[in-house]
This record gives sequence, C-alpha cells and structure tokens, in this order.
Amino acid sequence: MSRKLLLAKDHVPGIRSYDVYRANGGYASVEKALKTMSPEAVTEEVKKSGLRGRGGAGFPTGMKWSFLAKPEGVPRYLVCNADESEPGTFKDRYLMERIPHLLVEGMITSSFALGANTSFIYIRGEYFYVSRILEQAIAEAYANGWLGKNILGSGYDLDLYVQVGAGAYICGEETALLESLEGKRGNPRIKPPFPAVEGLYRCPTVVNNVETIAAVVPIVNDGGEAYAAIGIGRSTGTKLISASGNINKPGVYEIELGLPVEEFLFSDEYCGGIANGKRLKACVPGGSSVPILPEYLVCKTATGDDRLMTYESLSDGGFATGSMLGSGGFIVYDENQCVVRNTWNFSRFYRHESCGQCSPCREGTGWMETVLRRLEKGMGNLDDIDLLVGVAKKIEGNTICPLGDAAAWPVAAAIRHFRHEFEYHVLHAEKVKDPKHGHKEPIMPVKPAPVVA
Amino acid sequence: MSLIKITIDNQTIEVEPGTTILQAARMIGPGVTPPAMCYYSTLETSGGYCRTCLVKVSKGSEKDPRPMPKLVASCRTPVMDGMEVQNYTSEEVKDVRKAVTEFLLINHPIDCPICDQAGECHLQDLSYDRGKSQSRYDYEKRTFDEIDIGPTIKLNMNRCILCYRCVKVADQLTPQRVHGVMNRGWDSEISTYIEGAVNNNFSGNMIDVCPVGALTDRTFRFKSRVWFLKPYDAHRDCPDCAGKAVIWKFGNDIYRVTGRKDQWGEVAEWICNTCRFEKKDLSDWIEEGPRKIDRHSVISQNHYLKGTQFVASPEALPAKELK
Amino acid sequence: MSNEQGVKKFDPEKRKTIRFSEPALESIQKIIQRYPAGKQKSAMLPVLHIAQAESDGWLSPEVLDYVAEILGLLPVEVYEVASFYSMYNLKPVGKCVLEVCQTSSCWTRGAEDVVEYIGKKLNIKAGETTSDGMFTLKTVECLGSCGTAPMLQCGAEYHENLTEERIDNLIERYRKEDRRRNYTDLDFVNSN
Repeated sequence: MSRKLLLAKDHVPGIRSYDVYRANGGYASVEKALKTMSPEAVTEEVKKSGLRGRGGAGFPTGMKWSFLAKPEGVPRYLVCNADESEPGTFKDRYLMERIPHLLVEGMITSSFALGANTSFIYIRGEYFYVSRILEQAIAEAYANGWLGKNILGSGYDLDLYVQVGAGAYICGEETALLESLEGKRGNPRIKPPFPAVEGLYRCPTVVNNVETIAAVVPIVNDGGEAYAAIGIGRSTGTKLISASGNINKPGVYEIELGLPVEEFLFSDEYCGGIANGKRLKACVPGGSSVPILPEYLVCKTATGDDRLMTYESLSDGGFATGSMLGSGGFIVYDENQCVVRNTWNFSRFYRHESCGQCSPCREGTGWMETVLRRLEKGMGNLDDIDLLVGVAKKIEGNTICPLGDAAAWPVAAAIRHFRHEFEYHVLHAEKVKDPKHGHKEPIMPVKPAPVVA
Repeated sequence: MSLIKITIDNQTIEVEPGTTILQAARMIGPGVTPPAMCYYSTLETSGGYCRTCLVKVSKGSEKDPRPMPKLVASCRTPVMDGMEVQNYTSEEVKDVRKAVTEFLLINHPIDCPICDQAGECHLQDLSYDRGKSQSRYDYEKRTFDEIDIGPTIKLNMNRCILCYRCVKVADQLTPQRVHGVMNRGWDSEISTYIEGAVNNNFSGNMIDVCPVGALTDRTFRFKSRVWFLKPYDAHRDCPDCAGKAVIWKFGNDIYRVTGRKDQWGEVAEWICNTCRFEKKDLSDWIEEGPRKIDRHSVISQNHYLKGTQFVASPEALPAKELK
Repeated sequence: MSNEQGVKKFDPEKRKTIRFSEPALESIQKIIQRYPAGKQKSAMLPVLHIAQAESDGWLSPEVLDYVAEILGLLPVEVYEVASFYSMYNLKPVGKCVLEVCQTSSCWTRGAEDVVEYIGKKLNIKAGETTSDGMFTLKTVECLGSCGTAPMLQCGAEYHENLTEERIDNLIERYRKEDRRRNYTDLDFVNSN
C-alpha cells in the first residue's frame, strides 16, 4: 500500500464536517505554524520538501513563494487555483468535495507563510455545489477561531473567500485567473510582470493549485524532509492522479511519486487494467495538453526502462518518445478508440477555450479543429496531415500563454505516433464515416523498427 | 538614470531603462524595426496580441547572458543592459512572422479591391512584404454582418484582426466606452453588443488607429481610392482639438480628413470628429504643404518597394523619385 | 454556441421594470464587501450568477445593464464579461438546462449516445429548447467528471455514470418537480 498524505482520511465518515476533521488531527499545521514557527520557517519547510506545483507546470512551490515581493505597506495575496478544467483531471474536485477542511487548513498555513491577510479560492463555476461545501467549511473555521482576527492569539489576521468562475478553461492560467477574479474577461496577462510582483489588484500574489496548498499541511506537520523522503529524485511526495477512460476502476488515486506506470495501470489497487478485456492502445498521462503515448511507450521508455509516475520519467525521451506528468489526468484508450477522433475532440476543446487575445492561438486552434474534423469524417487528404503538423508548430511557443502549446502538443504527438491512423482516415474514407469504426476494425499503434546503422 | 545598451541586428544603441525592444529598434531605424499590428506607442497597455513583432533574444543581458527560451513580443519586452536581439537576421523570426501573417489572413476576407483601407492597410503591407501568395486555408471564413456604429463609422468585423487599439482609444480618450470585445476565441468580435451608436467627439480616432479596414469613415465610403488623393498637412483653429490634420484632396475637393501619422503609422495628435467629418471645405483649413508618400506602403501603387522595412519613412531610404 | 454574434435589441421600458429580490440584493452587497474599496468589479462573476438565477436563467441586455448600475460599471464592461464565459446564457433557456459533457473521457464512454438519447426523448437537438420551455439540451466541454463518465450537469447538480435508465428517471423527476434549476441552488449540496 502506498502512503497517503492527503487522502489518508477521506473515507472517515463525516470527514467533511469540522468536528470529525478536527478530531482526526485537523488544523494541527495551523497550530504548529502560528504558535511555533515564523513565516520564513514555514517557507523553508516547503522548500525542503521539494514540493512542485500540482496544477500541471511542476514549478517548485518553495521557490515560487520566495519570489513573492514584499514591499512595505502593500497587501499580499494568496489565491488558490481551483479552476480545475484540464480534460481528464478531477482530483481537486474530489479533494474539495470530500475533505474541504484540508484545503482551508492549507490556505491558512500558506497564507501565514506568505504574509497574506486576505486570500481567495477561485473555483470553476461548474463546481458551484463544491463552492458551497467550501463556504460551509470556511464558516466552520471562522466559528472555531481558525480564521478572522488574531488567530490563536498569534496576532495574525486572515480572511478567506471563495470566488466562483463562470465557465472558462483559460482561467486556470494564473494571470487569466487573476483577471477573472478582478471581474474581467479571462484574458491572460502579458508577462513580465509576474504575479509575484504584480498580481491581484497589482499587488504581489502567489497562485497555487488546490493539491499544492493541501500538501503544505503534511509538510508542515511532519517536516519538509519527511515529505522529500517520499518519491524519487526531484519528484518528491505524493500525487493525486485522476484516472479515466477505458479502465476497470476510474477514480482519484493518491500515489507515491515513483510508482511504475505499469503497476498503476494494471494493478487492482489502482486502475485495475483495461476494461472489458480489451487491449491498451494509448494513454494521455497528464491531462489533455500533454503528448499522447502509444501503447508501447506507456509502461516502458524508448530505451526500455520502466516508465515511472514521476515528472522526469514521464518526460523521458522528450516529446519524441515521452510525455509529461502535467496535472495527473491519466486518460486511457482501448483498442477500439480512434486517435484521430480523439485528437479532433481535444482540438475542439481548445478552440472553444481559446480566449482569442493573440492571433496564433485564436486562429490556429480553430484552423486545426477544422482540418481535424475534416480528416475525422473521411473528407481530408494526405496533405492535411503535414498541414496540421505545420500549424501546430507555428502556434507552439508563439502565444501569450501556454494554451497555445497545450492545443498544439496533442495534435503534434498524435501525428507523431499514429500517422498511419491519420492516413487510414484518408485512404479508407468510407470506413471512417462510421464514428465507431474502431470497434469493427481496431487500429493498433505500430512500433517503429529500430534504426539499424 | 544611466543609459543601457542594446544591440538589435548587430546595431547598438543606448536607451533609457524601461524602453521596450520595439521602441529601441525604432530609435535605430526602420531597417531593424519589427512590424507592429497591435502596438501603438501612445495607447497604454497596447501590444502583445498580434505577435507580428516577435523577435529572438539571443543574449538576455550582460548580467544573465542566457538567451530567452522563446521568441518575445518586442513591443512589450523591456530592454536589459547588454541585451542582444535578432530580428531580420534570424531565420526563425522571419519564419514565424510569415506564419503569424498567415494566421491573421485565414479569416480575413482579402477584399482589398472594395475596401477603403486598401493602400494604407498595415495588413496589406505586411502580407505584401512577407506573406505567401497562396493560402493553405481552404475552409469557410467566419463572417459577420457589417454594422454602422453611429452615423460616421462603419464596422466591418470580417476584416478585424482584434488588435484592441480601438477599444483602448475608447477607453483612454473618451469617458464612456460603449464598444469592446465580445465573445471569445475564434468567435471574438468587436461590438457595441446592443444597438447603439458610438457617440463621442473623439470616436473618429478609432478609424485612424485601426490597422485594417474594420473601422472606416462613412463620410468617405467608396468615394475614392486613397492613392488617387493627394494628402496635405493642414490645420485649423479648433476649440476641441489641436486641429492639426491631413486633408486628402482630389483637385480642389477635400475627400477626407485624417490625423497626421508618423513614419510608424501612428497618429501624433488626436483630432476631433468635427475636424474629421464636418470640415470638408478648403476654406475650413490652412494648408501647410504636401505630405510624402511612403513607398513601402501599398499606397505608393506602382512605385511600391518591397523590402524588410515596414512603414519606413521615405527619407530613410535611398532616393528614388516617384514619377 | 450559446452566444450569438451581432447586436441585440435593448428595450429601455423593460429595463425600467427590472429589480432583483431583496435577498438577492443583500447577497450582492455582501459579496461586494469581500473586496478592497473600489474593487467592486471583482463581484462581477458571482453577481452575474445571481442575476441569471433571478432572471429566468438567462441574461438579457437589460439585466446586464442593471448589473452595471449595481456595480457602478459601464454597461459595456458587463457585456464583455458576460459574453466571455460559457455559463452565462445570453438567450432564453428552458427551466432545466441539460449540459452534457462531450470531452474526451466522456466521449470515450458514450457522451454522444447520451446526447442522441436525450435529443430523441425530448425531440430536440443540442442547443434547442422543448416547446413547453421545460428542457434545453446543451453540449459542453469537460466538467471535471471524467472518472464518472458519461455525465451531465443541470443547475448545481452533477449526474454521473449516466445510463438510459438514469436519464429517464432524471427527466421524469424534473418534469414532476417542474421548477427552474440554477447553478446557485443549494439543495444538491445538502443532499450530496
């Protein structure tokens, strides 16, 4: 059994309520931090823990905190990014819905470390009911003296609010989130300045993912070193993985980083293997934005090593043969699934979610979607495949925010590994007119022959 | 404060801290200046959207010489001391600029033959200079209905490249902005959302800042091609604005009035709607003299010079008389 | 999909008649208090949600204009924001808006069949409202329910692991209860 730090208590009956949460050791990190530690010491523990941002980018959290500007007389803000919208990712919702106090506790401890006296949890609008659960938990925290003025007699004040979004994937990008929190369109800002210098209301701001904030609780309770002892190399601690697609046991799993992908995918403790006795065809291991891996690169890297659930191992081989851990949205496709169709689905998503501010993304996402739709329906031609590669390449890296990359990578990776399937869609146009053609005639990935010198 | 050094395409200049790469390039001259479709030096927070001005920073600064990992928007990136930038000397930059031009054109109707902006359109100049003659986009373009926003301004959203300049003009020059960017992504559009006129004495400046033919002067609609007109600097005593404008004449008739644009295509001083739309008699104006025609713009018709420079001043180029 | 291009009619007479309920106005004032002085624009998204719940599930130009007045903003600032976010309906919708997720994991597990099934059952296509004004069928992008796919959202409620039987029961229940479902509803939280 893997150690659990965040979800250790998630099956305790009534853990959503304050009393049960507190009785199970809840709010200990706040007591420890406010009574025995300085804000700098809390940040130091987070640095020692090696915790990396759990929203997808994997940036070291302690370092992000230490970048926060601290000019005299200017308020600082901590904003929790609960705008979980990456297709294939639903871990934050699970955590907030089941153990809302863990996030509230993490917010208090982290706000203390950063010297923020007002903090926000920005949650996607579709999770409206979850925002109510959080608000209830926050009300309980106020009632029990964990929020408000002079918390635990420490002289530290904190107000915590939940802010709901209204349907926009782009608000998961931290500067778009801040714009949205300011009541504007969710257009990402042009950086620099970074939020650490000019964030919410142009004040220094840290934006962290739900899971990142929650992880601060065990880090402060047990010390950064204990956290860093879990995992491998620079992938420390535990990670929530959202598993979905054609597997026997979809759901949210907390794993120790370093778990072999094969074990995660096939053992009964986790995904329980491919559903309905089918074969594995492909896997998107880190949410819709990361490159898709063909079956032969899922459990092993190109060099034949075991693929592990770590930032490093999942990206082993670069984009040629690797992918990314991303937000931990682990989507599995069986032999009947059509990669062209799925790529079109993703590109439709990105077209829908592009904010429209910069031209390569606004025009490029729509263009890719149009070409993919045509290919999917058997109305494309072979030139379209290279056209897609070309368009994706010209979006990547040239946009204001990473949405452009997120839209380009899945398309480029799908063609890289499944070109024969795109060609099939041109050459067998009649067959692919049936959207379920993959059920009749599965198309499996073809492992390229080793290059002989 | 002491000046800092920046090198663009092997040409070095010293500038004030806080200067952007694009501004520094303009100080050096048109030969190293990237094109800018959305940046406008007098409009705060403009720039960064169109991506035509992307450049390569091959050396970050003297202190941290590492190159920047991605191309950066030169209009929004401040200069660092010792920074080295590649613009026309980078194949990558030129390649991406070509791609951005293609992106900007895939939904553009390319209806130059019936567009009043033709001849002084930055997108037209951009695509003449570095576009391809064929599009790889063979799908239906997105279309919008034309709308009149007030008696003097026509909005043709099909031509819009969403540079945000007109929104910033309305924000920064007028007290009551009534138009903005609606919807999002592919479906974004400039609109008033509800039926209603943009009614402000400085709204006409939106026409001047529009890099394309999305916002055009209804009082000049289909009256003439701009290259048939002769532009003259002129001024009048105006209670509302500085009254310094350009009158565009055919014979002794004034066909239209615009702001005076500098060599980068930017209006130096905003003019009011009265000057722009209502003063079309020669007696309204005191002429100062003819303006020069930019030969790196399509407006110079048969004398068009293709080159790396964008909206360059005629003075900056080898003398080759217009006939 | 829900937001159409082009300019809309604005009826000044209709505008005069708009006023939110006292509880709604009170919650709006409370929300505004969260933000620093002068930053009341921050209340925009939550207030628009309340506005939508107060206005038969959709935001007319007149309602948006009223929100601008409450927040002390230019109407265009509200139009820009309302048209950006996909949860704001800018045209009338049925009492129950069935929003079926159609992104990857849901798609892989039969989201299209769900849309087709509901469409046939209610005799409408995606984007349409039944003639009795009871249901609107909508396709939406990922709602963060990939592990319990396929799913749909209606107001605050998530309905997951959908089967034809579950859809039948749901529609029957909604018909019987015959009331509008809003994102701001509380009952789903309490029963959850």
